[in-house]
Amino acid sequence: MKQSIFKILSNSALTDNVYKMVLGGDTSAITASGQFVNIQLDGLFLRRPISVCDYDESTLTIIYKVVGKGTEAMSKMTSGELDILTGLGNGYDLSVSGDHPVLVGGGVGVPPMYNLAKKLLAQGKKVAVILGFNTKSEIFYEEEFKNLGCDVLVTTVDGSYGIKGFVTDALKEVSYSYFYSCGPEPMLKALYKATATSGQMSFEERMGCGFGACMGCSCKTLTGYKRICKDGPVMRKEEILWEN
Amino acid sequence: MGKLSVNLCGIELDNPVIPASGTFGYGYEYAELYDINELGTFSFKGTTKDARFGNPTPRIAECSSGMINAVGLQNPGVEKVISEELPKLKKCFHKPVMANVSGFSVEDYAYTCEKLDKEEQVGWLEVNVSCPNVHGGGMSFGTQPEAAAEVTRAVKAVTTKPVIIKLSPNVTDIVSIAKACEDAGADGISLINTMLGMRISLNTRKPVIANKMGGFSGPAIFPVAVRMVYQVAHAVNIPVVGMGGVSSAEDVVEMMLAGATAVEVGAANLVNPYICRDIVRDLPGVMEKYKISSLEEIIGGVK
Repeated sequence: MKQSIFKILSNSALTDNVYKMVLGGDTSAITASGQFVNIQLDGLFLRRPISVCDYDESTLTIIYKVVGKGTEAMSKMTSGELDILTGLGNGYDLSVSGDHPVLVGGGVGVPPMYNLAKKLLAQGKKVAVILGFNTKSEIFYEEEFKNLGCDVLVTTVDGSYGIKGFVTDALKEVSYSYFYSCGPEPMLKALYKATATSGQMSFEERMGCGFGACMGCSCKTLTGYKRICKDGPVMRKEEILWEN
Repeated sequence: MGKLSVNLCGIELDNPVIPASGTFGYGYEYAELYDINELGTFSFKGTTKDARFGNPTPRIAECSSGMINAVGLQNPGVEKVISEELPKLKKCFHKPVMANVSGFSVEDYAYTCEKLDKEEQVGWLEVNVSCPNVHGGGMSFGTQPEAAAEVTRAVKAVTTKPVIIKLSPNVTDIVSIAKACEDAGADGISLINTMLGMRISLNTRKPVIANKMGGFSGPAIFPVAVRMVYQVAHAVNIPVVGMGGVSSAEDVVEMMLAGATAVEVGAANLVNPYICRDIVRDLPGVMEKYKISSLEEIIGGVK
């Protein structure tokens, strides 16, 4: 974990309410795809945890949906600096992917799949990606994943684009050695049942600190109590305990 | 440079800055960021007799200048705290530490305190009497002077180290409770714990927190904390540890003028993990600005 100041390099809308922000700063604390950052915003007490979409030595890309005061304020920023805690959470474990993993992202669960896809491709893996959205106007990053060299399937619930239905409907058409996922809990739960292999899922929870100190985001797993922010957000399929 | 050290119940603190229980774990998350030996001490995560998962999530809600939490005293239980957490704590912190204890019966408090009292690194026992008294009708021990006094007597009877009773602000007369604890043998009083609060989501028309209500903390409660510290410090003859919304060196000085011997910092740690270190480093400059040569001399300076 590291606290540092990032400069806003760009901030643009990808859809009606999903934005992409590129920030310049020290990314040395980010060690794995699937980690998140925690952003301080003027006038708001708690930081905002946002997953990392992509990063290199000096830039950080985040994609976020406007859902409340914090993300609304972020969407209006065009320049300036942000105080950010980086390198939070465990991230995905790439060592168990096998040679042709599938990456499944739903809505704003799509962004963390991007850096993960990049890393898996760099290791010579064949990467399939399933992107799930409600409707055509909500789709983002299909081209970006194709440009990396992934096989991309898009699903929409209303059938306005790609495969009609849920990510699990597209999963039937894909052969895979392992799965990685991030998205809303109902999607993760459906994937848990639909997947034939082992895999990893990234979870979301309201957080206090984001770095393991306050126990605000605890959950029960088959291997004991875990903090989503510190022991997660990524959990292995084998340890997940669905409580409801 | 002015003198930062203070004496809390017979133990010298290099400075009065103490991260509050529940916001600092067992120290090691923060030790990754800086040398936590710069702090006076810290109060570790509230410990109970048995392991507790705590409340369902969401446990956190944001407020203007603060937050509500309903973590529900998640901790691995006193045995595991002693066997697993304290050895890890010892590696990164070399000063006496404050052990924070909660319980749901008088016997719970005594059991947990007796165990922790035997641990060499424990300097003080900070006893949180804000928990519901499950054998006494569910009312918090800290809301009735006699119940708070009973916990104090039970803990004092089985311990050798200074016992600081941590009081809830959710009461009609905090002074009478503080006095009852002093009469029962408490070595110090710390206050204030969080204020009971609630937020409701307009989207779901449900409480934001699964537990419905939780403890409100952060800068918004600072004036309430200063007022209660002032009232209690002027009514008792034992040291008072002030807390509630403290987030700067100026706030520490203000708390001490109100009557605090040492000052705890809670919610601010969750936003800025370096805040306690920064406050310690800022104190000399603030003391110089306000012509304070020794922090100890300003304790209770406001009459």
